[in-house]
Amino acid sequence: MQLTEKHKQYWQKNLRLTGILLAIWFVATFVIGWFARDLQSITILGFPFPFYMGAQGSLIIYVVIIWYYAHSMNKLDREYGVHEGDD
Amino acid sequence: MATQTQSQFNASLKKYYSFYTGGFIAFIIIVAILEQMGVPNKILGYIFLAATVLLYAGIGVMSRTADVSEYYVAGRRVPALFNGMATGADWMSAASFIGMAGTLYLSGYDGLAFVLGWTGGYCLVALLLAPYLRKFGQFTIPDFLGARYGGNIPRSIGVFAAIMCSFTYVIAQIYGVGLITSRFTGLEFGIGVFVGLGGILVCSFLGGMRAVTWTQVAQYIILIIAYLIPVIWLSVKHTGIPVPQLAYGYVLEKVTAREQVLNDPATPEGAREAEVRAIFKQRQEASEAKLKALETGGATYLAEEKGKLVQAAADLKAKPNADPKAIEAADKAVTDFPADAAAAKAAWKKAADGAKAKAGPIASHAEPFAGKDDEARNKKRKNFLALVLCLMVGTAALPHILMRYYTTPSVREARKSVFWSLFFIFLLYFTAPALAVLAKFDVYTLLVGSNFADLPAWVNAWATVDKTLMSITDMNKDGIVQLAEITIGGDLIVLATPEIAGLPYVITGLVAAGGLAAALSTADGLLLTIANALSHDVYYKMIDPHAPTTRRLSISKGLLLVVAVFAAYITSLKPGDILFLVGAAFSLAASAFFPALALGVFWKRANKMGAILGMAGGLGTCMYYMYMTYPFFGVNAPLWWDINPISGGIFGMSVGFTGVIVGSLLTAAPEKSIQELVDHVRYPNLEGDIKTEAA
Repeated sequence: MQLTEKHKQYWQKNLRLTGILLAIWFVATFVIGWFARDLQSITILGFPFPFYMGAQGSLIIYVVIIWYYAHSMNKLDREYGVHEGDD
Repeated sequence: MATQTQSQFNASLKKYYSFYTGGFIAFIIIVAILEQMGVPNKILGYIFLAATVLLYAGIGVMSRTADVSEYYVAGRRVPALFNGMATGADWMSAASFIGMAGTLYLSGYDGLAFVLGWTGGYCLVALLLAPYLRKFGQFTIPDFLGARYGGNIPRSIGVFAAIMCSFTYVIAQIYGVGLITSRFTGLEFGIGVFVGLGGILVCSFLGGMRAVTWTQVAQYIILIIAYLIPVIWLSVKHTGIPVPQLAYGYVLEKVTAREQVLNDPATPEGAREAEVRAIFKQRQEASEAKLKALETGGATYLAEEKGKLVQAAADLKAKPNADPKAIEAADKAVTDFPADAAAAKAAWKKAADGAKAKAGPIASHAEPFAGKDDEARNKKRKNFLALVLCLMVGTAALPHILMRYYTTPSVREARKSVFWSLFFIFLLYFTAPALAVLAKFDVYTLLVGSNFADLPAWVNAWATVDKTLMSITDMNKDGIVQLAEITIGGDLIVLATPEIAGLPYVITGLVAAGGLAAALSTADGLLLTIANALSHDVYYKMIDPHAPTTRRLSISKGLLLVVAVFAAYITSLKPGDILFLVGAAFSLAASAFFPALALGVFWKRANKMGAILGMAGGLGTCMYYMYMTYPFFGVNAPLWWDINPISGGIFGMSVGFTGVIVGSLLTAAPEKSIQELVDHVRYPNLEGDIKTEAA
């Protein structure tokens, strides 16, 4: 089995997408968590911002990250002809 | 069913589960009618528990199977949506269902570490593991380690780690089962454990993963209905809006305002709180003084103190017209007196700490990392982030969760399935913080300031059932409830919400059934993981690779039984603290599995030596740290960089990653066939590809 240039490109694209989404995940979790006390004065829907993120905002971001990954990878599979048969 | 196509199968599943949900709602209505007709609460509790356990057993019987692929991976045809629900139930344990809102109630922002950690981990599952494991497509996680790194050593370490963390976790679940069964039926805890175990076994014993999957979907539906109804009701009661997750921000503002009033001695209510706190402060100081005297005086001091109590009781009895209640109290003080210096130290330390917690001002619910100075705050922040990371990485490493992604029909479905998993988990996890705030608002405004003469009914009801969940004493004898006079156990929040919201008993029964569903479904998945690791990885792959199918399955089922009974036995001894057990399982899994799994996919150079070093080193480090620092083991060594034992996975993971990288670089690159295996898992479909999927 020899990987073609196209296959390598597919994997590069996958790595880039994974990297970007992980960076968003990291910011939503750890950067906001680290600065939680400094962001306390911002209010959203009645919540202090860090509390809102910890209880709801970051969770929504996680759900969206996973949805977006599944959506774009399933599309990328087809583009690069590495998708599975339909069943 | 073999002739059905995947989409027909999907459609009929949707039909079955819609009927099922409708049937379940009808069942709740019937029980509600029975309640109105005057059937006693205890009977209603029995009906709920019996009906749901029988239902799970029924699904188990219907899904019985003798096919290997059905038994281990539910035939690999579980659609994304349903695998998502099953994963949700598999995932949400008794700790999530009953404990989480309580933890949030008690610790405010800092408790959100669990909410973040137990959801954000799915990002790692989705991006780094699930699609690749699905493409690999065998039966267990050690299977992957065995194939990717070659040889029996990585597989064996995988088996050991899988059993270690699943067993720690399953004990916490069975404990939850025992707690719920005993509380709602009045059976003894030990008996409750074994009754619940019966429910778990019928299901997984007959049909393995297939039965567990379809039961878990049913359990998810019950647990989410049970969780949401009381919270929505409570939200309507306090805000008029039936979407608690949107409405509670403004309730939180009111809670914060209320905290300020109660903390301010210039207000009349604040002054009364301060009075009660002063009483606690005195008690704290009294206990601390006794501790100090014990340190210097030792056994002599203890004997003297006991002598004083005995003397006091004797004096009281000598009086001609002594109050019998006072005599009883004096006698009790003598019998309750600690037997030796160690017991005295523990008891007084506990009393001092308990009083100290009550002597301080109320912690603000929304404030992150509250502490007296920057050092204390930074320590809290560090532990918060460390715990979040351990829980997240642990999520992406717990074998019973990863195994679920073997059951989808394709890589594409596996990716979608992680999305559905997190979506269904999210529904509960973003409601829990709302419940905590709404319950807090109720306590702070309706309970605090009310008269002891007419407490709400739920307060008395729970105070008589269990003092650790709810106790309330008029410390300053003013007849009015102050916040510092109330002691609430975390588990109370979810269990008592229906009553706090003023809902009929049927909803309380429903919540109990939901908690039971959460504990049973997680226990199912965990027991199956342990039994499969032993039967598939140890027996079939390492001892007898030519074993016929029937023998493999009967060994698997036999082991399931042995493991379940053993776990129930250990649970009935009531070891340790539930939340610690759960957290420990995550740290252990994160240290042992994550580095080897993730690098196995993303770094072709990772080899056998690296895996062995990384897994053994990571797991070893984490276990060592917990053993040295967790008070239960009695060593109490100093902490490393102030990191609590529950987050020991931080060190385990670091050693794990270093081990895999260093070990791999020091030895030769893996052979070509292994590199091809890595390419194989990276692409959902390759021409001329090797095949790894096990039928």
